[in-house]
Amino acid sequence: MLEHLFCRPVVIALPPPAKYGGRHTVTLIPGDGIGPELLNHVRELFRFSCVPVDFEVVHVNSASTSEDDINNAIMAIRRNGVALKGNVETNHTMPPNHKSRNNLLRTSLDLYANMMHCQSLPGVQTRHKNIDIIIIRENTEGEYSSLEHESVSGVVESLKIITRNNSLRIADYAFRLARDKGRRRVTAVHKANIMKLGDGLFLQCCKEVASGYPDIEFDSMIVDNTTMQLVSKPHQFDVMVMPNLYGNVVSNVCAGLVGGPGLVPGANYGRDYAVFETATRNTGKSISNRNIANPTAMLLASCLMLDHLKLHDYANMIRGAILTTMNETRVSHT
Amino acid sequence: MAGNAWRSTLLKLLARCGVRISDASSAPEICETTPLILHQVSRVMGAIKTQSPQPRTFSRGIQTVTLIPGDGIGPEISTAVMKIFEAAKAPIQWEERNVTAIKGPGGRWMIPPEAKESMDKSKIGLKGPLKTPIAAGHPSMNLLLRKTFDLYANVRPCVSIEGYKTPYTDVDLVTIRENTEGEYSGIEHLIVDGVVQSIKLITEEASRRIAEYAFEYARNNQRASVTAVHKANIMRMSDGLFLRKCREVAENYKDVKFTEMYLDTVCLNMVQDPSQFDVLVMPNLYGDILSDLCAGLIGGLGVTPSGNIGANGVAIFESVHGTAPDIAGKDLANPTALLLSAVMMLRHMGLHGHANKIETACFDTIREKKVLTKDLGGNSKCSEFTADICRRVQDMD
Repeated sequence: MLEHLFCRPVVIALPPPAKYGGRHTVTLIPGDGIGPELLNHVRELFRFSCVPVDFEVVHVNSASTSEDDINNAIMAIRRNGVALKGNVETNHTMPPNHKSRNNLLRTSLDLYANMMHCQSLPGVQTRHKNIDIIIIRENTEGEYSSLEHESVSGVVESLKIITRNNSLRIADYAFRLARDKGRRRVTAVHKANIMKLGDGLFLQCCKEVASGYPDIEFDSMIVDNTTMQLVSKPHQFDVMVMPNLYGNVVSNVCAGLVGGPGLVPGANYGRDYAVFETATRNTGKSISNRNIANPTAMLLASCLMLDHLKLHDYANMIRGAILTTMNETRVSHT
Repeated sequence: MAGNAWRSTLLKLLARCGVRISDASSAPEICETTPLILHQVSRVMGAIKTQSPQPRTFSRGIQTVTLIPGDGIGPEISTAVMKIFEAAKAPIQWEERNVTAIKGPGGRWMIPPEAKESMDKSKIGLKGPLKTPIAAGHPSMNLLLRKTFDLYANVRPCVSIEGYKTPYTDVDLVTIRENTEGEYSGIEHLIVDGVVQSIKLITEEASRRIAEYAFEYARNNQRASVTAVHKANIMRMSDGLFLRKCREVAENYKDVKFTEMYLDTVCLNMVQDPSQFDVLVMPNLYGDILSDLCAGLIGGLGVTPSGNIGANGVAIFESVHGTAPDIAGKDLANPTALLLSAVMMLRHMGLHGHANKIETACFDTIREKKVLTKDLGGNSKCSEFTADICRRVQDMD
């Protein structure tokens, strides 16, 4: 009974209306590594195509210990409603109170759904052809709760939190997306045989939501079997929904299957905000500033952003140009 | 042979030479000997007195191995492996034991004491697939075995099999997974209604142990590098501790290259170019996912060997596929996984000659594609497949 009061209805994020003469303002966070150069390409392309989008650039210094930079960025995104970002590097040798900037951004803005559409692109040589999988990953809780403590010297505990609300929310997002895009099946990926309470709750929530969508088939699969099936028979998957860490693994496996991190865009949706980036969130330090990074992922992410702002003509134009380029010229990618 | 058997044999031999020993500490009574025999005897006496630990690789004698056939297709594939080993004249004596969960004193579930005794004596085990009945009230058999023998490392070498085509042809890596703690500690709580927390436990001791095993394995098997897989950018303290321990252990093994890589980067690169990886060491959950991913690269669980290393020198090698109850007893099963695990076992015991012979025979049979079982794409029976391998092994001698 009480859950009813706490369960907010799920609303897909509405795009902010255009202001100031029909032009949208979008927050741009360059990040580290290949982020700045790729976002420069996006800006160049938008300028050339006369896309009515202005970028408000906010820099986040990953080396500084204060959280002012990331808070500025979060405030800018609250202001504009939409952002395009590169990955901010996390130095994992820093002490635990220095949290991952990307994670802070996602949790503060409650960007609960990470959507990644893996499609085999024409002109790209891969071992598996014609892959078309949508991966929806819970983006705010699970193993990424950053709640750790050392109870006894030499013993560290890390908490993985699964809540009913968030699981229902992400499952509903998945089924609604599947219905909107005309997809036929949603697969929940879990490890409920071992983590009976945690992933068991996630699976139960998915089943509950599935009963409300009788036109869409629902099944579930254990995560280790999922990765094995992905590398041998990826065509059996349609839409997949999963908690945070498994989402990380599965999305990287799928990105590798369709041709690499430079090809797949990703989107993070919340109730009020949307942030677009590359799907695998790589910093790419080793290839930065050498003009060899593949801009496809970031350019396709900017197309997703344009779709979100309801500027579909521009999005389709840019997308068409990208696919033609990939098909016709031999572009070597990372 | 066990230490005591060796001792008694020697004592009998010495008695024949004319030396009588009442107990190991007292001086031997020598009836009549030549100086040469005296010298040899005193050397042997010194060895008996110190009771030095027997090296496991006692290649000249017959080594006892506990065999657990398992359920479903377990018995048929175990028989197949025993036949092949007989054909190869491997110095292995099998001791068959069954494991079922029985309730011991104090209400705790445990494995039958004969099985435990046999394992403790022989230290090496080969296990077929065990079924876990749902709602049986007892934990899974694999979990029981793991807890009984403290099997802390799960080793899975994944090598592409030439005759069995997969989209990935150049896989040659080993995943070493910490098997006792991490995300699978089983500690979960319902905080409030609708909020569940699972605890991932990382300890210094377990991390150090697995890292040491990984580097030892790399050194003993001539592997060039060890990569630690982690997510320390998100789980700073837990994976940070794991990484720190790996780094510390790496200091003592300067001949093996040590690198660290994020879990997502490993997954990404694994499906694009698996040849860049060598030995991977990681905590429990990542190990579970990655080891199954690598098994998928080479063709699935039906052809993947696996070994579990425990404290006190215990090692159990097993096939990780299921019991396949639908084909049990029909002579259709594929014994490759159990056979390759047995080959891994031979290598662990130092019997490299026999191991190479059996492995080559198995790979040759698969490459020829004449007598393959159904899951490998053929339609032969298990016995035909086994007979072909036996023939090849015998021809090699």
